[in-house]
Parts: sequence; structure tokens; C-alpha cells
Amino acid sequence: MINYLWAFMILIGIVVGVLGGNIAEISNATINSSKEAVSLCIAMLGVMSMWTGLMQVAKKTGLVTSFTKALRPIICFLFPDIPKGHIVNEYIASNMIANILGLGWAATPMGLMAMKELKKLNNNSDIASCDMCTLLIVNISSLQLIPVNIIAYRSQYGSINPAEIIVPGIIATTISTLVGVIFATVARKLSKHR
Amino acid sequence: MNFIVYLSDYIIPFLFFYIIGYSLLTKTSTYDEFIKGAEDGFKVVFDILPTLIGLMIAIGILRSSGALDLLSGTLKPITDFLHFPSELLPITLVKMFSSSAATSLLLDIFKEYGPDSYLGRLVSIILSSTETIFYTLAVYFMAAGVSKTRYTLAGALVSTLAGTIASVLITQLVF
Repeated sequence: MINYLWAFMILIGIVVGVLGGNIAEISNATINSSKEAVSLCIAMLGVMSMWTGLMQVAKKTGLVTSFTKALRPIICFLFPDIPKGHIVNEYIASNMIANILGLGWAATPMGLMAMKELKKLNNNSDIASCDMCTLLIVNISSLQLIPVNIIAYRSQYGSINPAEIIVPGIIATTISTLVGVIFATVARKLSKHR
Repeated sequence: MNFIVYLSDYIIPFLFFYIIGYSLLTKTSTYDEFIKGAEDGFKVVFDILPTLIGLMIAIGILRSSGALDLLSGTLKPITDFLHFPSELLPITLVKMFSSSAATSLLLDIFKEYGPDSYLGRLVSIILSSTETIFYTLAVYFMAAGVSKTRYTLAGALVSTLAGTIASVLITQLVF
């Protein structure tokens, strides 16, 4: 699916660009985007390493284990196929905690490690397991409680009360997450009955 | 409400203080562990880089070709019918692919209409309650080497739609 999606984005973009006379812009965009990706990665290196370093300390002290314990009932409910005490529980808990704290870039490494472990649990199949689908849906539904970056942009552009969107944002996030969880739970049940 | 912003500033320093302080109490070799963990960060970033290059090229082409503007223009009758401002359609769509592209569009809207306008508030709430669907899907499933994603995309779209509808209703109710 990802292969088709990627190919279609490029093909549609180029066809529309030719028809609209934007072909020079497209030429520039391909070159600039690849450069942009590299500079983004270099910028990410420091912050990412800062976080994985801190997480390693937290792991070593057993803090992550106690965070995981606090999240265990929720993770148990969302991911019934994961064996109890498996390392992937810790990865998912860290991923969720980072998402909740609004450290989206920090959630990714933990999420990726969780995916690799889930793949092993799924006999290395190239078909997604129900747990993988749930992890992705919950991640995409946004767990972030305080959108710090958006508040910063709002104040930068002269908002009288930049923080006024926090509570409405929490309500909207809760609704999107609840709908995502309901969808994932129903889809899991349906796929097992088949 | 201001104390929440104030509180946000404390999150990362607090995490450092709490984790490093706790590690001292448990007599962990804190600095050695930090260095060990930081090394993992390098591996993670370099794993993502090829995926990121591929995605950003595709997004760059879509953005510069005018395909996204064309889409929001075509869908304007539908967005009008749904009482969703067509000005916010491009950013809602771009946000599904790239959060940095969405950020640049967000700043555009703040400049044009102001952050305290209806559009400014609505877009703030939408962006804080949705995620980059296709980017997240691609990064996670490519890293795990999974090609058949089953109902993930459908679930992600449904939850994003719910978040967007909720944002519109809440903005109209609260402000």
C-alpha cells in the first residue's frame, strides 16, 4: 500500500505540475526536499540522542518499569495478544508517555522498537498484526495533552491568550483517541471472527 | 489558564531532574548510561533518514505542483456544505503528510487572520488533536518491514475525522 501511495503522490504531482506550468517548481522541490530531509535529520540527531540517553538512564533505574506498571491495565486492554512481561509492553508505554507529554519526536524511536518486537511476535510476517494496527491508530489519534509548540506560535503572533486552546484541544484529542480505540477494538473482534 | 503554559516549560527540566535524581538514589552509573543511550539515538535517526528523504520528495512535488490547492478548490462546495472553512482544507490535508509543512501553513493563517480569530483558534485546536497519518504509517511500517497494513489507514482516517469534527464543534461552542 505504501509503495502505491508514494508512487501516486509523485505521479499525480508531476502530471498536475505539467498541466499547470509548475514544472520548474517541481524540479526545485525534488532537490530542496531531499536536502531538507537531511538537515532535518541532523537537527533531530541532537534532540533524539538527548532523549534516548535520558530514557536509557530511566530504564536502568527501573523508572520505565514503574511507568509501565501504571499503564499496564490500559495496555492490557488495548493489546490483548502481547504476552505478559514482554519487553514490547515497556516500549509501548514509553511511546505513549512521550506522546502524552508532547514529545512526538521522542515517541518515534520507542514506537519503532515496539513495531520491530511486534513483528517478531507475529512470526516476522509482512502482514500487520492487530496489535500493530492498534498501536498505529492510537499513535495517529494524537495523545498529546499540551500542544506546547502551537501555544508558542500563537503567542509569537500576538495572541491575547495563547493558552486558551489547551482545554478545547484536550477535549478534541480525547474524542479522536476514543473513536480510534473503539474502531481498533471493533476491527480486531471482526477480524478474529472471520 | 496561564499556569498551564508555565507548567509546560517545566516538563523537560522536571523529567531530567526526576530521572537523574532518581538514578543517583539508586546508585546507577548515570553518565555512562546516558552516553550508551545517546548512541542508540544516532542509529534511530539514520534508520529514518532514507524514509524521510523519500517522503519529503513526494510531499515537495505534491505541494509545488499546485495539486493540493487544486484539491481544496474542487472540494470547496463540499466543505461549504459541511460548514468547514475551505481556507483550512489545505492545512488539514497537508497535516496528514507532513507536520513541518503544516506548521508553515499554520503560521500563514496566523499572519493572515490572527491567532485569536475563529480560523486561528480552530486551526490551533485541529493541529493539537491530529497527527501526520501517512508519515507515521510509512515510517512505522517501513521500519518494521510490514507491507500489508490492513485496517490501520481506515482507523486513522476515522479518528482524525472525529478529532476534526470535534474541533469545529468545540470552537463554535467555547468561543
